[in-house]
Amino acid sequence: MTEAAQVPTEAAGADLLLRAHDLKRYFDVSPPFLNRVIERLPRAIVKAVDGVSFDIGRGETFSLVGESGCGKSTVARLVVGLYQPTAGGITFDGIDVAGQTAAEARQNVQSRMQMIFQDPYASLNPRWRVANIVAEPIRARGLLPSNREVKARVGELLTQVGLSPADSEKYPHEFSGGQRQRISIARALAGSPDFLVCDEPTSALDVSVQAQILNLMKELQRQYHLTYLFISHDLAVVYHVSTTVGVMYLGRLVEWAPTQTLFNQPRHPYTRMLLDAIPDLEMTGRQRIPVAGEVPSPINPPSGCPFHPRCPHADDRCRAEMPTAHATGDSHVACHAVDDGRLS
Amino acid sequence: MSVAELDAVGRVTDLVRRCLDSDIYFSFKSSKITMIAAAVTAAMFLAAVFAPLITPQNPYDPAALDLMDSFSPPVWIEEGTWTYFLGSDDQGRDLYSAIIYGLRLSLGVGFAAVIIAMLMGVSLGLISGYIGGTLDAVIMRIADVQISFPAILIVLLIDGVVRGILPNERHDDLALVVITFALAFSAWPQFARTVRGSTLVEKNKEYVQAARVIGRSPLWIMAGHVLPNVMGPVLVIATISLAVAILGEATLSFLGVGVPPTEPSLGTLINNGQNFLFSGEWWIVIFPGIALATLVLAVNLLGDWLRDALNPKLR
Amino acid sequence: MTTAPANQPLLEIRNLRIEFPTRRGILVAVDDISLHIDPGEILGVVGESGAGKSLTGAAVIGLLEPPGRIADGQIILEGGRIDNLPYEEMRKIRGRRIGAIFQDPLTSLNPLYSVSRQLVETIQTHLPLSERQARARALELLQEVGIPGAEERIDHYPHQFSGGMRQRVVIALALCAEPRLIIADEPTTALDVSIQAQIISLLKRLCKDHQTAVMLVTHDMGVIAEAADRVAVMYSGRIAEVGPVQDVVRRAKHPYTHGLMGSIPHIGHAVAKLTQIEGSMPRLQEIPPGCPFNPRCPEADGRCRAERPELQWIENTEVACHRFDAPEARSQAGD
Ligand SMILES: Nc1ncnc2c1ncn2[C@@H]1O[C@H](COP(=O)(O)OP(=O)(O)OP(=O)(O)O)[C@@H](O)[C@H]1O
Ligand SMILES: Nc1ncnc2c1ncn2[C@@H]1O[C@H](COP(=O)(O)OP(=O)(O)OP(=O)(O)O)[C@@H](O)[C@H]1O
Ligand code: SF4
Ligand SMILES: [Mg+2]
Ligand SMILES: [Mg+2]
Repeated sequence: MTEAAQVPTEAAGADLLLRAHDLKRYFDVSPPFLNRVIERLPRAIVKAVDGVSFDIGRGETFSLVGESGCGKSTVARLVVGLYQPTAGGITFDGIDVAGQTAAEARQNVQSRMQMIFQDPYASLNPRWRVANIVAEPIRARGLLPSNREVKARVGELLTQVGLSPADSEKYPHEFSGGQRQRISIARALAGSPDFLVCDEPTSALDVSVQAQILNLMKELQRQYHLTYLFISHDLAVVYHVSTTVGVMYLGRLVEWAPTQTLFNQPRHPYTRMLLDAIPDLEMTGRQRIPVAGEVPSPINPPSGCPFHPRCPHADDRCRAEMPTAHATGDSHVACHAVDDGRLS
Repeated sequence: MSVAELDAVGRVTDLVRRCLDSDIYFSFKSSKITMIAAAVTAAMFLAAVFAPLITPQNPYDPAALDLMDSFSPPVWIEEGTWTYFLGSDDQGRDLYSAIIYGLRLSLGVGFAAVIIAMLMGVSLGLISGYIGGTLDAVIMRIADVQISFPAILIVLLIDGVVRGILPNERHDDLALVVITFALAFSAWPQFARTVRGSTLVEKNKEYVQAARVIGRSPLWIMAGHVLPNVMGPVLVIATISLAVAILGEATLSFLGVGVPPTEPSLGTLINNGQNFLFSGEWWIVIFPGIALATLVLAVNLLGDWLRDALNPKLR
Repeated sequence: MTTAPANQPLLEIRNLRIEFPTRRGILVAVDDISLHIDPGEILGVVGESGAGKSLTGAAVIGLLEPPGRIADGQIILEGGRIDNLPYEEMRKIRGRRIGAIFQDPLTSLNPLYSVSRQLVETIQTHLPLSERQARARALELLQEVGIPGAEERIDHYPHQFSGGMRQRVVIALALCAEPRLIIADEPTTALDVSIQAQIISLLKRLCKDHQTAVMLVTHDMGVIAEAADRVAVMYSGRIAEVGPVQDVVRRAKHPYTHGLMGSIPHIGHAVAKLTQIEGSMPRLQEIPPGCPFNPRCPEADGRCRAERPELQWIENTEVACHRFDAPEARSQAGD
């Protein structure tokens, strides 16, 4: 892959761990061939991820936020190799892991990555006991020699996530949603990864367990220098855990910036709207402003800037031309209004 | 005893204790019907295995048969004798002995056919569903074609081909093997289709993806993760297929391509007995029929129980 | 349907107890819970994960999975008991009078059928509509819950949808017969803040316009603060505190509620470590005598370890905590 060779790994400093370069993933969701012919339906392609680039430094937490369906989970799946990218490259620790020729490289780095899935119900095998579920990464990689040690380690992991070693004899259906999510966190930690992809790891947890898990994740990050790709809808959680935040809209990153900058000085109109839509816990009576307008379909994305139908600052250029990301202070923003100085 | 021996003994007792303590044993113990079904199946198996020891007559040995004793009714009917307490058939065979020996044949052929069909169908179905693409299309088209032919036709076809290839004198030796494989061949598509359907559903679930991220190979994921989740319906189909295979074997034998009539299976007995149902010698068909029905029912119940016992949600 | 007197709650749960008989004894997952929801009211239910919130919801719609069972208590919908109804009758109530949004979107959707087929079938089961009308209604519902490009996506299969979109399909399924009561078990956890706002305003509108009652189980305190009229806080299968949302969220009385509110991360003040309640909720097998929260409670005393606290009125809320007992009773038991 020539493209991967073009990525200057040294440029971002020695501690770059993961780089995604112009990543794309399209899904063909066309109706069956016969229907297409008879009913004259067009082919339909969902551009779930459409040109996303980002860097994650070692020991950092990069968070992705954005509307449901904007492609966050797809990015996560591309990174861990569950999907092959339609185009673009991923390098992990300087190794190209996404190309056609990268299967072997993928094998080597796969053991250093783990993923926590979004749905706590579907992500545990219903026929397996918790002990075996949590032990799977350990066994798959032969990390511990004897069963006794595996068992001890499983007990330790379960305790770490706030369950009891005695729970290991149970089956997943005997647990509540939040308890299952903790099992899947324990499983992810069991493989002692360097890099963890967390797809909404705490959305099924109540705030007190969430606090425990987030503290645990931060603690582990400090101890083992873990790197996270973190996905969440809860902006307060994102604020709390991330070093850098990327905002996605319809398969693209529209803004990314260090956490403090993003929350204090959101630049892209969508980011601003997102922050305004956060529910108000203090009950000051502030009206929550949902992002206005229709959510566009990823099958027929709007021309020009995909956000223009909902954007209060859109002009003719926005409707015609796709904005590209430019650095503005700490942030990178893809918006004509910011480029043109119409929006600070 | 040495330490190693003590350790070994300890481990065995531990294993026994764990088995007795397991959920499956518990669910077995708490279901009366299952225990009865298991007892019946076991008894039939034992009877089949030890047939020569518990029967007064070898029904396969023409010398032991006496045509003079044919059509002897069961013992509780006038003219019945204790020698043939379930009666005898048109050849003078003791029905009781014939049933036990027939059971042996039927069980052997039926179980072997179902197990082969299951192995074949389940693995092809798993591969088809999990890997998908061209492989899936090919396997499923073959299954479709096969399903659209009556099973008997396929069996006859296979049987004919084998007979054509093999020299005449080997036919009888191999008749059983051929018929078993032929029956297995006609049964696998059902397994394959069911398993493929469930696999398609399971493979999109996140636990399968989690295993992929962990770095497990596709083969391992199919066997370790998907298989246990698609086995439920397979067990039910297996018990039904067993009945079908036993009856199929009977039909084939009846058509003269199965086991030789001198060595009757349960199915052959029933088929043979049908001719006498209306001429008053009902016992020739009724007793083998009861034996077959009991066997199929017991195995069915066991299969149902096993399906539920293996589902942790239903414990 | 009986017309209920104005002051009658739409749903009343009386002393509900849910058990799991296992080989090694009976586990009590929900222990003596009483709740009511008035017409047009949204009752928020929050609490530790595993506290029994989903089970309570499942019991109300009669979908407790065996071996779980209602061991005691009554569930009364619009004046009639529904906890002891035969399966067929319950099935008619489900969907028609009670709509359910489950925590687990994949189990509520059949992976083998397209979304349109599932919606149309459900609509036709409950409403006398033709195929075409039902499809139109399905489309309308999908648009209402904010699925972009609903016309194009309606014929897709569940696995082709993102997590949040599946969740919205489930919400659409629950709403299709305009039920009187909606059990919403974490309807918004998979949704971003903007869709969340949309769903909440949809629920609120249903409550206002049709006097629908909602039991809203969620972990998101922001959602509770915004949507709920009253909140019940659950811990270890019991109710720790229940009252108007303002009082519970801002002036929490029960030490657990206190801890819970303290654990919420806030935007604006960065902290190295979030406040957390130390320890974890006891397993069902090991619920301690007295108050189930006592091992983690900073205020626990002898009485808390011995005697189960009952709900008592303190100002506007009901609290189950010995801290609020009359001083004499407290000192007596402390000896
Ligand atoms: N296997 C697939 N086949 C077809 N379309 C898909 C597939 N997976 C995802 N999509 C589509 O891609 C888009 C992005 O999905 P993705 O799951 O990445 O969203 P998300 O940002 O994670 O949303 P959520 O927050 O709701 O989980 C959606 O429109 C979804 O329908
Ligand atoms: N089939 C079962 N067998 C044994 N225990 C069970 C079973 N199903 C649920 N439980 C237990 O019942 C308790 C309550 O579960 P429930 O699903 O109601 O929790 P929840 O409050 O909804 O939690 P969450 O917020 O995490 O979803 C849990 O402790 C769980 O372990
Ligand atoms: S580019 Fe234009 S339409 Fe897009 S966000 Fe910026 S101002 Fe709005
Ligand atoms: Mg997602
Ligand atoms: Mg729940």
